[in-house]
Amino acid sequence: MSEARVFFNFAVTADSHRLPAYRDRRGYGALEKALREMAPAAVEAEVKASGLRGRGGAGFPTGMKWSFVDRKSPVVYLCCNADEGEPGTFKDRWIFENASHQLIEGVLLASYALGVRHAFIYLRGEFDLPYRRLCEALAEARGAGLVGERILGSSFSCDIIAHRGAGAYVCGEESSLLTSLEGFKGYPRNKPPFPAVKGLYQAPTVINNVETLATIPWIIARGGTAYASIGAEKNSGTRLFGISGHVNKPGLYERPTGYPLKRIIFDDAGGVRGGKGLKAVIPGGSSTPVLTAAEIDGITLDAESVQAAGSMLGSGGIIVVAEGTCMVRLLRVLTRFYAHESCGQCTPCREGSAWMDEIVGRICAGKGEEGDLERLEGITRGIMGNTVCALGDAASMPVASFIQKFRDEFAYFIKYGRSMHAGRLEV
Amino acid sequence: MSCLNERFDRLRAAYPAEMASSLVLPLLHLMQQEKGHLTESDALHIADYLGVPAMQVKEALTWYTMFHRRPVGRHVIKVCRNIACSLMGAERLLGHLTARLGIGEGETTADGRFTLLAVECLASCGTAPAMQVNDTYHEGLTEEKIDRILEELP
Ligand SMILES: Cc1cc2nc3c(=O)[nH]c(=O)nc-3n(C[C@H](O)[C@H](O)[C@H](O)COP(=O)(O)O)c2cc1C
Ligand code: SF4
Ligand code: FES
Repeated sequence: MSEARVFFNFAVTADSHRLPAYRDRRGYGALEKALREMAPAAVEAEVKASGLRGRGGAGFPTGMKWSFVDRKSPVVYLCCNADEGEPGTFKDRWIFENASHQLIEGVLLASYALGVRHAFIYLRGEFDLPYRRLCEALAEARGAGLVGERILGSSFSCDIIAHRGAGAYVCGEESSLLTSLEGFKGYPRNKPPFPAVKGLYQAPTVINNVETLATIPWIIARGGTAYASIGAEKNSGTRLFGISGHVNKPGLYERPTGYPLKRIIFDDAGGVRGGKGLKAVIPGGSSTPVLTAAEIDGITLDAESVQAAGSMLGSGGIIVVAEGTCMVRLLRVLTRFYAHESCGQCTPCREGSAWMDEIVGRICAGKGEEGDLERLEGITRGIMGNTVCALGDAASMPVASFIQKFRDEFAYFIKYGRSMHAGRLEV
Repeated sequence: MSCLNERFDRLRAAYPAEMASSLVLPLLHLMQQEKGHLTESDALHIADYLGVPAMQVKEALTWYTMFHRRPVGRHVIKVCRNIACSLMGAERLLGHLTARLGIGEGETTADGRFTLLAVECLASCGTAPAMQVNDTYHEGLTEEKIDRILEELP
């Protein structure tokens, strides 16, 4: 089944994103099947059997998340997380631009399973073409009786609302997304209660990533067991891996989980730019710990393997760094980002992210002081596990791992007031 | 304002009636499209229209980075400076833009044509370096490509 494709199974043309083209690909067949012959619980059972785990970052089993929702609740909401703000990640955008109908079908199937009358798709505010493509697809689907009242003549009714954020990375964090969708500044909420218990407007709410939901039609059409047979054992299926940074052929690659990390970098993405050696890889979006070239030996692209190597598969955004790059200045790019994006609600993250950025910034300015590395490490320890949401951890992990793995480079910059690699970021 | 309120009504119809509060961001977006930038009185107008506290709308206006609270140029250029774009030359391109436009980050040209902003990841990392001009993404940028884009803008 290594050839299985959930996303890249058609040629992109000028109108491959439209409804007729999606229908030609047997689109909405899974929805018809579910409404005709499956009870909502049977849809959920297939998703459970598929072993599908969330593609938004945390990798939580999707079927299990759905099972936390109290079906006796009069209102249940579904929110599709399309905030796509994690640096290194650019897959959800492809789905909107090329396969909005596949996402809509997935949202409908999840809504049917969960008893959802109103589903929301929260897109980051910058997404213009993705938003327009989604709205166009929603209009087509409504016109064809696929969204709205009594879908395909069944008793199932569901509306889908496309909602745009307004530029805040933290709004990708699920509880912040809900606060934002309620019309407030996007402060994350304390958990528990988890959104599946108290979510949007206090009603049980499931939040799933775009790629997660857009996978559901495949699972319902072909069965959960068929999906579970693809890829790695505990982390089944295919994933959209984004490769960026210093490679010859950056871009989006759909590969089964369990695929070798080295193969995707060196064979598929054409290896490191300019014939340079490999220095480091950030395997799952900017928040995941960096790995050195030596550490990626033997890693396969599934949660277990990447975790065993000390990092995380996160959002599947693989960032490649060539020999000769200044890791100190590269870290500064990230500390500045997290300091900027901290919502400011809790002290360890607000103060800590700003302080880390200040220290890394002064090292980059040639004004690093003895003890700065220990100070940075102390700050990461003060943040991790002590904040309302996981942005605090996301800000700390790059700092801790960059210093741990490239300590000499940081020490050199502090001692001599200059970069070991002339401050280079580009190769 | 009345024709704006009609457009507000159309947007509002898409949401469940009890979710008026959820309209804060969509209405701020719509208003910014109309007016270029937003003031406190715009926030108050939205608060009145939705029947939500003025403080809520004012906070949203100031908290989200996409809302402009000062006049901006006809073309707002947002250059990504995050990790993938940095690895592919974002600093160089920002330098090129500041030199060419004669303004720094966050500034607007005297003729009111351009505002230059450095922003975080635009989800174009695979086609880095990237920038957004108003709504449109431009990817795989080089100095030459940027010059061409600027020349073709009205
Ligand atoms: C700071 C932060 C940002 C996040 N950004 C996103 C995002 O842009 N998209 C996303 O799907 N999940 C994001 N997440 C993860 C969500 O909180 C949540 O786990 C996910 O949407 C659940 O969907 P899934 O189970 O389908 O993966 C983010 C988490 C944190 C802590
Ligand atoms: S960890 Fe940071 S982003 Fe999350 S709630 Fe606290 S201050 Fe806000
Ligand atoms: S880092 Fe620039 S688009 Fe992602």
